[in-house]
Amino acid sequence: MDFIWDLLIGPFVDHGFMRRALVACLALSAGSCTVGVFLILRRMSLMGDALAHALLPGAAVGFLLGGLSLPAMSAGGFIAGAATALLSGVVARYTSLREDASFAAAYLTALAVGVMIVSVKGSTVDLMHILFGSILAVDDLSLVLVAATASLTLMGMAAIYRPLVVECFNPGFLAAVGVRGSLYHYAFLALAVLNMVAAFQALGTLMALGLLLLPAVAASFWARQVVTMALVTLPMAAASGVIGLLISYHSSVPSGPAIVLVASLFYIGSLLLGTRDSVRLRFVPPAHLRA
Amino acid sequence: MSAALRLVDVTVAYDRHPAVHHVSVDIPEGACTAVVGPNGAGKSTLLKAMVGLVRQVHGRIEFPDRTRAKIAYLPQQSDVDRTFPISVLDMVLLGRWRGIGAFGTAGPADIHGAVHALEAVGLRGFERRPLSTLSAGQFQRALFARMLLQDAEIILLDEPFNAIDTRTTADLLALVRRWREDRRTVVCVLHDLDQVRAHFPHALLLARELIAAGPTEQALTAANLLRARAMAESWDEAADICHTSEAA
Repeated sequence: MDFIWDLLIGPFVDHGFMRRALVACLALSAGSCTVGVFLILRRMSLMGDALAHALLPGAAVGFLLGGLSLPAMSAGGFIAGAATALLSGVVARYTSLREDASFAAAYLTALAVGVMIVSVKGSTVDLMHILFGSILAVDDLSLVLVAATASLTLMGMAAIYRPLVVECFNPGFLAAVGVRGSLYHYAFLALAVLNMVAAFQALGTLMALGLLLLPAVAASFWARQVVTMALVTLPMAAASGVIGLLISYHSSVPSGPAIVLVASLFYIGSLLLGTRDSVRLRFVPPAHLRA
Repeated sequence: MSAALRLVDVTVAYDRHPAVHHVSVDIPEGACTAVVGPNGAGKSTLLKAMVGLVRQVHGRIEFPDRTRAKIAYLPQQSDVDRTFPISVLDMVLLGRWRGIGAFGTAGPADIHGAVHALEAVGLRGFERRPLSTLSAGQFQRALFARMLLQDAEIILLDEPFNAIDTRTTADLLALVRRWREDRRTVVCVLHDLDQVRAHFPHALLLARELIAAGPTEQALTAANLLRARAMAESWDEAADICHTSEAA
């Protein structure tokens, strides 16, 4: 009994930083499960990754101006991410360059600028901190930020849910009934950037997308509808956070990679065992029905 | 006969080369009009211009008797992501968008209407099926069900029977006939001239410019069809700037 307590509960009871990290992870999961599902449905998984990298120069400028201060770095990250999304969207819309190419161009530029800024003005330790995050340094202020992001995301996604669904699966219909689908697209991108900003403190800009995307990818092997996908995503994201934190605590590894790796395990498990299009169903197909 | 839709000197150009060139025509109210013409004649472009999906339209497109036209439009290649996890019923319910909008709730009347529309296109019992499980013909039927629900006064169809089996085509043509009996205005791009002669009293022959418009027998004469076919399909890279003005 003591063993289990020390393994699973004790770390959170004994240490304030673990409690804060736990709450941050759970709030992140709540907010990001909807965003992750839509990133997949919009086939924007890799673009989301590009966006996450694009936070770096903003966070770096924030770091230059305010040191390792969360509000400064977050604001900078949000501005950089939103600007990247907007600029590459505009380039894709008004030139013949496709959106993936314009995203790639924008984020590579942003990543290079970010690394330059941090290397010139900061130390390697700072760069590592921004790239890989440190959830164990989450303070009360970051908690408020993460919680506010989660609330805003859930409310925002509820507000734009239906137009966003139609914009995903039949944008031409939306245009034909006179609705500007791009508005909802950009609102969604803004929420996605917001979630990555909230996540990068904990997971770093390189892996900010991990907790957003991996559980949603895993959920696509279990659920058939948008809502059920989001509902399956939530517990997997939360469990990834908790288990990742415990692994990080007990074996003294960085929390970001630990959390993302647990999420990857959920993904691999779902890929193998899921109820939809999984490897299991390929090798052991269930018997077919009469009609 | 009054006009549901009036095109006044409409020109639509892609890369400065006109796809539709100085077309002026009235689409009769409450009738079925077929749009016929060779490849690249601007038929799809004309429909898109009517819905307002192409910008840069020169000339005017008017709806004489309406302040706000209720138009339903079925594109040639619909951009529907058929793998998207959504049920057939939800897809069809989108036809009520103007009533429900982004935030409203589909009431029992809406759902009843959607089920009824599905029955009318021969998809009874498909409500809960995911969209991804439909065949091409069933999917086209579902799109027609959505248009039934849209309850539009003007219905624009762009080659709705391409790669659709004869049975489905016959069923869907029966729906078009019903729209005609309801005195709705239907504009349909078609290739099959026999289909046009059998089901569409009015025709509009387009070859970038308007060749003929009017009752089908008078519009689709052998001479007119020959003139339409003579249209050069390729662009003339050295073409001059067109100075035809509206007054001309």
